[in-house]
Amino acid sequence: MSIREGDSNLRSNMGEEELLKDVVITSRLDESISFFEKVLNWSRKYSLFQYPFATACCAMEYMTTMGPRYDLGRFGAEVPRFSPRQSDLLWVVGTISHKLAPVLVRVYEQMCEPKWVISYGVCASSGGFYNNYATVQGIDSIIPVDVYIPGCPPRPEQVLDALILLQEKIDRSKAEWRFSKKYDNK
Amino acid sequence: MTISEDEVKKVRERFESDIISSYQDKDMVVFILKKEALLRFVQFIKEDPDIKMEQVTDITAVDWYQKRDVRFEVVYHFYSYTKNHRIRVKVPVEEQDPKVPSITGLFSGANWFERECWDMYGIVFVNHPDLRRILLYPEFVGHPLRKDYPIDKRQPLVKLIKPEERRERP
Repeated sequence: MSIREGDSNLRSNMGEEELLKDVVITSRLDESISFFEKVLNWSRKYSLFQYPFATACCAMEYMTTMGPRYDLGRFGAEVPRFSPRQSDLLWVVGTISHKLAPVLVRVYEQMCEPKWVISYGVCASSGGFYNNYATVQGIDSIIPVDVYIPGCPPRPEQVLDALILLQEKIDRSKAEWRFSKKYDNK
Repeated sequence: MTISEDEVKKVRERFESDIISSYQDKDMVVFILKKEALLRFVQFIKEDPDIKMEQVTDITAVDWYQKRDVRFEVVYHFYSYTKNHRIRVKVPVEEQDPKVPSITGLFSGANWFERECWDMYGIVFVNHPDLRRILLYPEFVGHPLRKDYPIDKRQPLVKLIKPEERRERP
């Protein structure tokens, strides 16, 4: 329930303090910000520039999903950029070893805000069946992850589902995230 | 395909005091050799016109931790294109002094195999031109394919975030 300045009848009938107790007041400024956010999120979620960080066999499945039969481009994620500086969605496709972990962190830090990460397949999400001296047990121990895709390798339908989940997440995001504490891995 | 019996006989006679034992395995003839004789042996099987090994297919090691007195065993595989036959050579190596002469002078293809063997098992190949780690990073301590390497030991290069500290971005 919101109160506009024109609602003088309501104001006169009830005590003002009682009225404001459990009512959220939205001014025109707030409304315009939320409208701006909606437009911004809508445009962001349908123009994801992706950077595929492909290290293993999952990359073949990623190519299948990008290909004409499943066509990730239908959902707005059309263009893979081959520089992290030009992209805002990082796909970590495949096993990440401890030797490779600094490279992945560097790639993530090179991406401009806003940025999102999808962990593609079990190896990237949890280490998969590689529980040994070489493999990172899930990339969420080195960079933050937005969406996880299980499967070894995942079906293309799962990948499309993950992209739609990410779009829903982008749609929900607020403008305040810009001012929240930055992720730091130092 | 294995080498013929005449050739096995020839090798046995020539390296009588150096061969610890030899037997016919399922796929090829195996020679278990003292490590002092390795270079001479490899040179012989490379240059002998009947055996004529032209390629080293693989060099690896076996860790017989707490199962044998001599802990390591370096395994060589050789292959001949022209004769289409193979030989396997095993060299036992003690834990206290894990050193084997490098065969990179005879087969330059052995270079990376020996580096990998050093990386994973910690076997020193004497006179190797560039004995560095090949697969793991230089900061890594120890040799992970040794049986006494702790199975859950990790040596990360970046700080790992603990599960309770992982934050979802807003």
